[in-house]
Amino acid sequence: MYDFYRENILDHDRNMRYRGVLDPADIDYEAVNPLCGDKLRLTLRLSEDKTHIEALAWEGEGCAISKASASMLGEMILGKSLDEVRAISKQDVFDLIGIPLSMNRVKCGLLSLKALTVALYGLGEWERREQAEED
Amino acid sequence: MTMPDYAYDIDAVRAQFPILHVEHHPGVPLTYLDNGASSQKPLAVIEAMDSYYRTTNANVHRGIHKLSEQASEAYEGARVKVRRFIHAASKREIVFTRGTTEGINLVAQTWGRANLKPGDVILSTQMEHHANIVPWQMLAAQTGAVVKFAPITPDGQIDADAYARMLRELPVKLVTFTMVSNVLGTITPAADMARLAHDVGAVVLMDAAQAVPHMAIDVQALDADFLVFSGHKMCAPTGSGVLYGKAALLDAMPPWMGGGDMISKVTFEGSTWNDIPFKFEAGTPLISEQIGLGAAIDYLNALGMDKVQAHEHAMTRYALDRLAELPFVHVYGPDADKKGAVAAFSMDGVHAHDVAQVLDSQGIAVRAGHHCAQPLHSLLGTAATARASFYLYNTFEEVDRLVDALYVVKRTFSV
Ligand SMILES: Cc1ncc(COP(=O)(O)O)c(C=O)c1O
Repeated sequence: MYDFYRENILDHDRNMRYRGVLDPADIDYEAVNPLCGDKLRLTLRLSEDKTHIEALAWEGEGCAISKASASMLGEMILGKSLDEVRAISKQDVFDLIGIPLSMNRVKCGLLSLKALTVALYGLGEWERREQAEED
Repeated sequence: MTMPDYAYDIDAVRAQFPILHVEHHPGVPLTYLDNGASSQKPLAVIEAMDSYYRTTNANVHRGIHKLSEQASEAYEGARVKVRRFIHAASKREIVFTRGTTEGINLVAQTWGRANLKPGDVILSTQMEHHANIVPWQMLAAQTGAVVKFAPITPDGQIDADAYARMLRELPVKLVTFTMVSNVLGTITPAADMARLAHDVGAVVLMDAAQAVPHMAIDVQALDADFLVFSGHKMCAPTGSGVLYGKAALLDAMPPWMGGGDMISKVTFEGSTWNDIPFKFEAGTPLISEQIGLGAAIDYLNALGMDKVQAHEHAMTRYALDRLAELPFVHVYGPDADKKGAVAAFSMDGVHAHDVAQVLDSQGIAVRAGHHCAQPLHSLLGTAATARASFYLYNTFEEVDRLVDALYVVKRTFSV
C-alpha cells in the first residue's frame, strides 16, 4: 500500500536518539513550526576548543517526520566539526528522511536543521540559505 | 451501526460538486472532511462566476455603459441576497469584505479606535480563532484597552457564571465571540450572551464564520451589533465575505481604508464620506466573488438551511457515535446536540500530522494542527489535533471510511 512511513522513520520516531535536555549546555535554542505550533528544543555541548559537537539533546513535541529528522540529524552531527555541520544542506536532510515531502510537510522535516543552523550560526544564516534557494 | 436517513437526495447534491468526483489518488476517491477550513463549490457558483467573466465583466458603480450597469446590478443584487439570507433590516447594513478576518479588523480599526479608551475591556472567550484574538490585541496596543477571555468549562461550553460576572465587574465596552467553535464545535448561546452584554451597554460582535454556512441566521433575532462571516466556507469563492452592522453603528463609524468608491466628495483640502455600506468598500471590490456568494446563497436557499442543519446534525451524531467505538481516539468538545459538524480529536501515541498524512493516503482530507486556535489548544493540553468537519454533501459512508482509516493509522504506528 503505502510506505510514506518507512520502517526507519517509525523507528526514529519511536526511539528518538538523544532525547532530553543538556544542563549545562553551551547552546540552548527552541525552534517553532508556526504551521502547527510544534516546538523543538536543541541543547548542545561543544568540545573544549569549541570546534566540535561533543553532545546534543532534542526535546519537544512533534510529528513522526520532525522527530525522525531530528533524530537522524543528531546521529549525523555528533562528533563533527562546526565547519562540517555548517555544510549540511536541506537536501542532505531530505536524503536522510528518504521520502518525498509535500510543501506543507517540508517545514516538519526541516525544523531540526533550522534549529541547528539558527542555534549555531544565527537566524541570518538560515535566512541567507532560504534566499539563496529563491534566487 | 445502522445509518440514518438523509434529509435530501444526497446523490443529487453530490452531483452538483465536480471536485467530489475527482480521484484523490489513482483508484482512491476523495473523502473531503476539511469543510471547517473551506467548503467545496457547486456548479451553480462556478458557473455564475464563469458567466460573469464571459458576459458581464466591468467595474462597478462607475461606468455609464451597459456592462458596468449589469456588473453593478449583479454585485448589488448579491448584497440584497445576503440581506435576506441573514434577515438584516436593510441592505445598507451589508458591507462586503474579503471574509471574517477582514470584517473583524475593520470593526477593530474603525469602531474600536473611535470608541475605546485606556482601561476599557474587550471581552472575548477562550475558544476563539486567531482572527478574533489578534485584531483585538493590536487594538489594545493602540488604545490602551485590555482584552479579557471568558473561560470555558471542561466540556467546552462558555462558563455562563464567569461570563456574567466579568460583564458585571469589568468595564466591558465590546463583547466578541464565536457562534460556533471551529475546534470544539460548541454552539454558543449567542442571543443570551448578547442580551447580557447589552444590559451593561456593551456592543456585541459575533464571529459567524462557522455558523452562517450551517444554520439559518437572523441577525435581528440575535440582536447582533456586528456579525461577520466568510463566503468560502459556505459554497462561495474565496475573497467573498460580509460584515453586517446595525445602520446606526456603521453610520457613526469613521471609514477604514480610503480611496475610490468610499467618498462623497474629494477636494485638495479634504474629503467627505459616501453613505454606508460604500463608505467601507474602498477601491474596486471583489465583484465576481460577491456575485458568486449570491449564487451560493441561492443554492443554499433552494436546498433549505433547515435541511442542511438537519443533515449535519445527523452526520455529527453518527460520527461521534462511530468515533466513540475507537478507544484509542479522543474527541474534544460537547455532545452532538450541542455542537456543529466538527470532530477534533487526538489519537494515543500518534501526532495529528501523522494521522492526517495516513488519512490522506486513504483519500481522506482532514486538517491537522492548531486550526488557528493556539490558546485553546494550550488549554486542551495539546499542541495539535486532527479535525474532521462535515458539510451538506458528506455521507455516512464517508464517516465509516474515516473510522476504517483510523485503524490503518493505528496499524501503521503499531499503537
Ligand atoms: C471561527 C472562525 N473565525 C474566523 C475564521 C477566519 O476566517 P477567514 O480566514 O475566512 O477570514 C475562521 C476560519 O478559518 C473560523 O473558523
